[in-house]
Amino acid sequence: MMTARQTWTKLLIEVGETEAFGNLSTVLEKLVETIVLSILATTTAAFCALFCAMLGSRTTQINAWLGFIVRMIASFFRNVPVVAWALVLVISFGHHVITGYFALFFSTFGLLVRMFIDTIDEASSDGVEALNGVGATYLQMVFKGVLPETLPQLLSWIFYMIETNIRSATLVGLLTGTGIGYLFDFYYKQLNYEMLGLITFVIVVVVFLIEWMSNRVRRIIS
Amino acid sequence: MTQATPIRKAGKIQVTQRTKATQTMQLILWSLVLFTLIGPFLLNYEVIDVRAAVSMTLENLQMMFLQPALHQITFSTALFQIVVTLALAFLATILGAIMSFFLAICSAKNLAPKGIANVIIACNSFVRAVPTVLWVLIFAIVAGLGSVACILGMMLHTIAYLTKAYAESFEELDDGVLEALRASGASWWHTIIHAVVPQSFSYMVSWTFLRFETNYGVAVAMGAAAAAGGIGFELFMASSFYYDLHEVGMITYCALVVAMLLEGIALLIKKRLYTAR
Repeated sequence: MMTARQTWTKLLIEVGETEAFGNLSTVLEKLVETIVLSILATTTAAFCALFCAMLGSRTTQINAWLGFIVRMIASFFRNVPVVAWALVLVISFGHHVITGYFALFFSTFGLLVRMFIDTIDEASSDGVEALNGVGATYLQMVFKGVLPETLPQLLSWIFYMIETNIRSATLVGLLTGTGIGYLFDFYYKQLNYEMLGLITFVIVVVVFLIEWMSNRVRRIIS
Repeated sequence: MTQATPIRKAGKIQVTQRTKATQTMQLILWSLVLFTLIGPFLLNYEVIDVRAAVSMTLENLQMMFLQPALHQITFSTALFQIVVTLALAFLATILGAIMSFFLAICSAKNLAPKGIANVIIACNSFVRAVPTVLWVLIFAIVAGLGSVACILGMMLHTIAYLTKAYAESFEELDDGVLEALRASGASWWHTIIHAVVPQSFSYMVSWTFLRFETNYGVAVAMGAAAAAGGIGFELFMASSFYYDLHEVGMITYCALVVAMLLEGIALLIKKRLYTAR
């Protein structure tokens, strides 16, 4: 009879001796690339989306027509399938990190504009009215009224998008031959199921970690 | 308020309070900015002629969006393929919705014991953490590449999402109704059929439609990435096999119109959902 501890040790040694475990460093390298890519795409898209959301939201828009145009552009960007962006970009950029970045950037931008506009519209009409009443300029109204009030919600949307983008990055990677998606495709075509298991497991761990982090942050800031 | 507002600089009054929340928020903002600045240096670049690539991309995008045309397939084929994609999304949503109803009544806190609920919630978060493409490809090992694997994979994600949504709407139910039914001797199934379902039916329909909208997008992606058929597969063929960007543009427009229609309907439903609360 083996004790539970011995069983676990034996299991760990067996896992450590598998071929898949030897390739862990390759997987981790691609994984880091995917994580960095999704965070970068999200933060830069969030930066652009914030400007567009300010122009597109009904409470903070400068001009009704401009607001309508911004909303239409955002709707266009989020409804064109990610696949279409990825497949077109891969023709000119090739199997390169930039392909994945832009494909993620475009779809994230469209989605974040919609979420930011919703948040701004919901949260800040009273504050904006008060600030406008005391004669604040447009910039004062945005920086003192709208942003402080909506920032926790905007941040939690950004975290949500980072989490989503890690999953989308796998899809884009599969199509364009970058990141962890490419690695999955590579081993999938070799029928190497051990490696597929490892890759899936690693992605699950990362998504869990990000979910846990964003939950903690959300609890602190809201 | 016994403490006077501290004056930091001449003529400036500190308006915002430095609580833990604002501090954390600032920390996160700055770390995100910092990461954005150093992030590009963490990536592994191969040599690429950026200027040529950008001009080529612009040319390609111009071909795609400004001169859409169909060459390999006819317009009616494109429409048929869109119907196929919608059908994939529909099947995955409906099958998923039925299963998630049963899972949700076992995982709502006011209807089920805590142990079962926790197991279901844990399984769901695992399912959600694996990207849909991976599920579809994993199922394709068993079912073969195609629509069956696609529906199974999408269904799994739909279940994970809808179970949570349904369970949340069940938990908002009035406890008094459940209690009254239980006190009058109703069995567990009686409470489900006569109290839970009638009261949260409209929520369930709304959530299911919202998921259907998402599933349409996923089905397009799966057609391209996992050969599940439908408009996504035509998109993949047009760009990777025929290098026909005019056709890619036309197919994208077709998919876009349907996606925008679905989004419009979903927006209306969401508005109804919020006003109902």
